[in-house]
Amino acid sequence: MSENEPLLSVRNVEKHFPVTAGLFKKQVAAVKAVDGISFDVFKGETLGLVGESGCGKSTTGRLVTRLLEPTGGSVEFEGRDITHLSQGKLRPLRRDMQMIFQDPYSSLNPRHTVGAIVGAPFRIQGVRTENGVKKAVQDILALVGLNPEHYNRYPHEFSGGQRQRIGIARTLALKPKLIIADEPVSALDVSIQAQVVNLLEDLQKELDLTYVVIAHDLSVVRHISDRVAVMYLGKIVEIADRKRLYSSPMHPYTNALLSAVPVPDPKARKERERIRLKGDVPSPLNPPPACRFHTRCWKAQEICKTVEPPLETLASGHSVACHFPENAPVAAATAGEAGKD
Amino acid sequence: MSFLDVKDLKIHFPTDDGVVKSVDGLTFGLERGQTLGIVGESGSGKSVTSLGILGLHKGGRAKISGEIWLDGEELVSAPAEQVRGLRGKKMAMIFQDPLSSMHPYYTVGHQIIEAYRIHNAVSKQVARKHAVDLLGRVGIPEPGKRVDSYPHEFSGGMRQRAMIAMALSCDPELLIADEPTTALDVTVQAQILDLMRDLQREFNSALIIITHDLGVVAELADDILVMYGGKCVEYGKTDEIFYNPEHPYTWGLLGSMPRLDREPTERLLPIKGSPPSLINVPPGCAFHPRCPYADRTEGRASTEVPDLAPTERGHLVRCHMPRTERRSLWENEIKPVLETQ
Ligand SMILES: Nc1ncnc2c1ncn2[C@@H]1O[C@H](COP(=O)(O)OP(=O)(O)OP(=O)(O)O)[C@@H](O)[C@H]1O
Ligand SMILES: Nc1ncnc2c1ncn2[C@@H]1O[C@H](COP(=O)(O)OP(=O)(O)OP(=O)(O)O)[C@@H](O)[C@H]1O
Ligand code: SF4
Ligand code: SF4
Ligand SMILES: [Mg+2]
Ligand SMILES: [Mg+2]
Repeated sequence: MSENEPLLSVRNVEKHFPVTAGLFKKQVAAVKAVDGISFDVFKGETLGLVGESGCGKSTTGRLVTRLLEPTGGSVEFEGRDITHLSQGKLRPLRRDMQMIFQDPYSSLNPRHTVGAIVGAPFRIQGVRTENGVKKAVQDILALVGLNPEHYNRYPHEFSGGQRQRIGIARTLALKPKLIIADEPVSALDVSIQAQVVNLLEDLQKELDLTYVVIAHDLSVVRHISDRVAVMYLGKIVEIADRKRLYSSPMHPYTNALLSAVPVPDPKARKERERIRLKGDVPSPLNPPPACRFHTRCWKAQEICKTVEPPLETLASGHSVACHFPENAPVAAATAGEAGKD
Repeated sequence: MSFLDVKDLKIHFPTDDGVVKSVDGLTFGLERGQTLGIVGESGSGKSVTSLGILGLHKGGRAKISGEIWLDGEELVSAPAEQVRGLRGKKMAMIFQDPLSSMHPYYTVGHQIIEAYRIHNAVSKQVARKHAVDLLGRVGIPEPGKRVDSYPHEFSGGMRQRAMIAMALSCDPELLIADEPTTALDVTVQAQILDLMRDLQREFNSALIIITHDLGVVAELADDILVMYGGKCVEYGKTDEIFYNPEHPYTWGLLGSMPRLDREPTERLLPIKGSPPSLINVPPGCAFHPRCPYADRTEGRASTEVPDLAPTERGHLVRCHMPRTERRSLWENEIKPVLETQ
């Protein structure tokens, strides 16, 4: 992580999807998918974004890459406000910001060869390449661990992990500065997940990439991230460097999340203290007022139902939005990390 | 004889491209009150095995051989009618995808009531009361009201709980859960795993849990069976598989997985290559094209299928490498890397 200016700067960003009804599509409500979030991403770092299904992770990814237009707040990329740029003005920016999607099957056109798929960004953006597009594509294929001879093959001839590599190769074609990876490994087998995680790490070093990795798997996120942001119902409730977040989580929700992860150590199953959350995540159509977690939080007091806790940054750089944060860590994670500070 | 005894089970599918040997000689047993975890690569035959036990391949094109003994009754040779009669009360299954296994047009309650009344000659009112009880037990809030909801009105976690309620409606003696929590968030997963543990304790049923998540099996299973390419490659007590694994594929699984309970490692240790084709299963040891130790077995790796042989400590391993060599590899090379780095 560098101390310099952030590559990406997100301030109070909102996305409220209208819910319409009746003949005239009158708006009757709004899904507050993302409801006022702020964070920075610095050059060369990996920011992990975790949270439960429907909390707004993918929407956040689409907002910062401007595949969606925010309904409030601002997004700055390299110091430039891109919140409401037109599609035309966005086009050159698309080279710099790329997204990797979860599903390696549906995101590749089955009728196109690997060469056509990975080469498409060059053609669309009209980029000239030194020794022709084919050579450039073959270089990228080699970079992601595919064989240059795969150029003329079709997606169905590849395994899941290989297809995810093709998807990654395509995003790398234009040498992006920022990559948003939305659940890049969750559709893959455990053994293949590890290949792709390692590949993402290697490419980051080699090409000086900056990542935002969206995932619900807390172990994968810890492995790959420098800093981690935790979302709940459209809000960021905690951000910290990974060491702090996993060894001394402060938000009650983060504590609950970490303690729920099953640990692959049969002897530990008797000893572990679990925080059990009651109920499901409430609907983003009608989120609970003030602290959104209060309906499930075991520490909730009256104030939690009336005053929204702001995301406050402590001296340690740890940010948390809670009136009564945990300071004595109840981490499920290793004690080892805490000692190293 | 155990409560469930599976002997040399083979389930092969003839297709235009050749015979798919989805399950190829599987043998295992399970007592009442015990939990067996089945883990393995995607496509290794886990789901086909469980559908086979329930008799759901009968009448299809699958070629099935071997024996399945359930409480003294042999099911492979039994007529489809007879096996159908056992479903629900004797054995039940929680399917990988809860949406596809619930009928969208009927209320959740209706489906549980019907399932219950197949085996219990009771009035609709009595069955309805039973359904409400069950929904309450699996943690559905306001079960008296939600019993009349349709599946799409439930969240993913609620649907999965409703599926479990349905599978449990007749107190099955054998419950097979195929990836019961894969689609769920960790906090919901923790609730469901607790629930299955409690129910098993209460009814002393036998439980088979199929998953790719080694954390889940570590929490629940007494025994673990590791599958690769339609065959069992390692089988034994949970502690043995976690603390003294002897098959290179099991080592690979453990090395691929980032863990929250340990210091983060610098790098994951993926298994190279991709899962085998089940039509052209690699000859000899199916794992040999991906195995880093294939050259240690004097060419036998690619010519001779290794036997599933017992170790001194009593678990079963399918590998040509001499036992002493495997032990020393694990103790001196694999385990130290997995545990420290
Ligand atoms: N185009 C849309 N119109 C209306 N609602 C939407 C739209 N896109 C997303 N939502 C809603 O916004 C919320 C956040 O969705 P989002 O896809 O960002 O969640 P997520 O955190 O990525 O979840 P998951 O882990 O399941 O992928 C959800 O309630 C979703 O239903
Ligand atoms: N009806 C069928 N006809 C032909 N092949 C089949 C059939 N059903 C399953 N198979 C094949 O059998 C193999 C084993 O499938 P199975 O569903 O048991 O895998 P699995 O271990 O459950 O994988 P996953 O972890 O992805 O669920 C696969 O290669 C699959 O394509
Ligand atoms: S603000 Fe209150 S309800 Fe919200 S997380 Fe903190 S203690 Fe719980
Ligand atoms: S038999 Fe040979 S190839 Fe197969 S797992 Fe053992 S060492 Fe590896
Ligand atoms: Mg998403
Ligand atoms: Mg399956």
